[in-house]
Amino acid sequence: MVTAAFDGVKLAMRDWSVWYGAVRALKSITLDITPREILGVIGPSSSGKTSFLRSLNRMNDTNPAFRYTGTITMDGKDLYRDLDSQQVRRRVGIVFALPLPLPISIYDNLTYGPRLRGECRPQRLNELVEHSLQAASLWDEVKDRLRQSAMKLSGGQQQRLCIARTLAMEPEVILFDEPCSGLDPISTAKVEETMLQLRAQYTLVLVTNNTKQAARVSDRVAFFLMGELIELGKTHAIFTAPQDRRTNDYVTGRFG
Amino acid sequence: MSWSRVRERMIEWGILLCGISSIALVVLIFCFLLKEGLALFRAVSAAEFLGGQRWYPISEPPQFGILSLILGSCWVTAGAVMLSVPLGIASALFISEIAKGWVKETLKTGVELLAAIPSVVLGFIGITVLAPGIKHAFHLPTGLTALTGSITLAFMAMPTIVSITEDALTALPRGYREAALALGATRWQMMSRVLLRAAGSGIVAAVMLGIGRVIGETMAVMMVTGNAAVIPRSFLQPVRTMTATIAAEMGETVRGSDHYFALFAIGIVLFAISFVINLIADLFLHRERT
Amino acid sequence: MPDPFWPPHLSAFASGEPPLRGSPKAIRQVGGWRRALWTQRAAFSLLFLATCVVAIAAVAVIGFIVVRGFEALSWSFLTTMPSGGMRSGGIFPAIVGTLELVGLTVLLALPMGLGAAIYLTEYAVDNWLTRLIRLAIVNLSGVPSVVYGLFGFGLFVIFCRFGTSLLSGALTLAIMILPVIITASEEALRSVPKSFREVSLSLGASRWQTIRHAVLPFAVPGIMTGTILGISRAAGETAPILFTVAAFYLPRLPHSLFDQAMALPYHLYVISTQIPNIPATQRYGTALVLLLLVLSLNGLAVMLRIHFRRRRQW
Repeated sequence: MVTAAFDGVKLAMRDWSVWYGAVRALKSITLDITPREILGVIGPSSSGKTSFLRSLNRMNDTNPAFRYTGTITMDGKDLYRDLDSQQVRRRVGIVFALPLPLPISIYDNLTYGPRLRGECRPQRLNELVEHSLQAASLWDEVKDRLRQSAMKLSGGQQQRLCIARTLAMEPEVILFDEPCSGLDPISTAKVEETMLQLRAQYTLVLVTNNTKQAARVSDRVAFFLMGELIELGKTHAIFTAPQDRRTNDYVTGRFG
Repeated sequence: MSWSRVRERMIEWGILLCGISSIALVVLIFCFLLKEGLALFRAVSAAEFLGGQRWYPISEPPQFGILSLILGSCWVTAGAVMLSVPLGIASALFISEIAKGWVKETLKTGVELLAAIPSVVLGFIGITVLAPGIKHAFHLPTGLTALTGSITLAFMAMPTIVSITEDALTALPRGYREAALALGATRWQMMSRVLLRAAGSGIVAAVMLGIGRVIGETMAVMMVTGNAAVIPRSFLQPVRTMTATIAAEMGETVRGSDHYFALFAIGIVLFAISFVINLIADLFLHRERT
Repeated sequence: MPDPFWPPHLSAFASGEPPLRGSPKAIRQVGGWRRALWTQRAAFSLLFLATCVVAIAAVAVIGFIVVRGFEALSWSFLTTMPSGGMRSGGIFPAIVGTLELVGLTVLLALPMGLGAAIYLTEYAVDNWLTRLIRLAIVNLSGVPSVVYGLFGFGLFVIFCRFGTSLLSGALTLAIMILPVIITASEEALRSVPKSFREVSLSLGASRWQTIRHAVLPFAVPGIMTGTILGISRAAGETAPILFTVAAFYLPRLPHSLFDQAMALPYHLYVISTQIPNIPATQRYGTALVLLLLVLSLNGLAVMLRIHFRRRRQW
């Protein structure tokens, strides 16, 4: 499920800038994301973290005022010029901040994406459902009620369902946009545990407001401030010996 | 893969066409009316048409002055407005500010019921119940008068006025009511001095839409106003409206005759009037929201 | 000079007149509190009376027709053809004609109205074209029904050579109820949360797939309600069908799109104004059938709306 990385880099961003109308949200971001790592993205609100994340699966396209310069390549292919948005989104999945199940059955939620892609063999669909629910640590809890409405699940279960739903598309990269913001601590722990397990097979990018969560989960951390990438480094280095003064101020809580 | 893409493109083109269809239809309607209606003005001048007092389309030579029809429409509309606006605004005030709970729901249902009744049914009641009543009350030779028409049409305009005025009133921020009451005004003073003025543009829009409804009404007027194409001098005599003229005479005209074109010309006048009324109402509704 | 009575942030209420007659200052001045209360009582009574007139009118009209027309309602009235020059027999062809006409109307109006609503909610940007479309819809809803009849006559009956037929009538009625369907469908589509679209797109669906699978299914209740209201409107209209489809009397039921048809509203009009000496029960019975048809459609729409609102999971 993971295609061979290109030069050891999964996603390469070069001089990436984003505008919404006249407002510049990202300023010339350059970074590499390596395969099978968890990249944490931290920074105060309006720092461009979400714009950065949504650029990676072309969800910014839904905003009519969106403009960009620069390139993002995945395995050497330009996401915006070589591939179309549907292909990108099938390979780069996203989990949103609030649990967003569709008001249909659990089974239908999971098979929504694959069916639209053209998969119609029931056997294959069942396999996908079971594997993704297992990977999201939700299989045991729902395996007897797959046909029930997804809205009956608890908040934490719904979020894990959303993770499973993304996994059912068999993506290569999974984006997490503050996935635990609406969850209680136990569900948060379960989601973080799932992320660590997923790292073995997928590349993960986690945007979070919670610096401690970034410290727990990520391999590397990127610090954004006002649309710029201030610092990027191993988690341990960022939190104990950051090179930029602003990074230090943020992780020690002087502002945020 | 690319076949489904092509299919999708076709669907999206279809949707775009549906979107533009409303514009196309308005233009089409207007053009058609013009095509047949303007042909009249080869035989009759616009001034004669709009200002002429005699509508004798089947006499020899035919006369196509619609002044009596325009005035007929105006009188009936004016009468309906004089009845329905005060009643409508009063009802809207009562329903939105005073009534509570099941009383409010019942009254709202009553108003919606009134809106749902087809115009031909109201015309039927007008001709069977209202007209004889008016005939007896005023000792007239016939009960089919402008007054009968005004009363019947008033009941058709009331639901429109009530619901739009009610929307305008409920859209007002609660602060208006609370501020006025806190300053010692009675509820009635608050409603009459503050709310009505603040909801002014919404109320104007409601009245304009009510007028539009009344001017455009055909069947009810045709059944109860007596269909006499004369210049109205009192509410207690039969009149004829533009709408009733078209409806009544269209079946009897010869295609391509001047009479036929004249009816289309009346249609142009009606279309223009309703266009202007709706434009004004829309402007007032939007002014209210900003 | 600023009015000392109104605080600055409420100066908009200052009208240059002396203080409100009910205000404490004025009461002390004029002793008019009691007077103000009596004014209010009188005013509220008038308002109540006015509302009664409006609300009771509907009940009165409906009740009157029910009482007078009830005795005419019988199985044979509903299922036999008229006889004796409309003076006896049933109104079967008028009922069938109305149902066929209205069915065809919806078949024509729903796809186009739904398409237009989808365009406005999912594809349109806020530019001059969209504003023009909305203006056109507002105008279409305000055109007098007889002008629709004239237009339908000129375009479909004459120009397209369909003649007075079910097709001409249905096309005319379809254009007339288009604004109703567009408005209701638009509202239904907008009530579907934006997040559904986001989720669908993020799973790799195209824009149309998203509409088809993540939006439309959840907007169906609202679309259905709007369509039923459109049907009820089409069933009750007379002027648009006067010259496009309505026939005074047909010996048999229409069996092709190009046949004329009888229709309930037109039938009611004819027997109330054109034919003398029709027994009152016949007339009231026809009015009652039409009223029942229209009101039950409206009632159905309201019940559906309540039912689906209760069952909604989001």
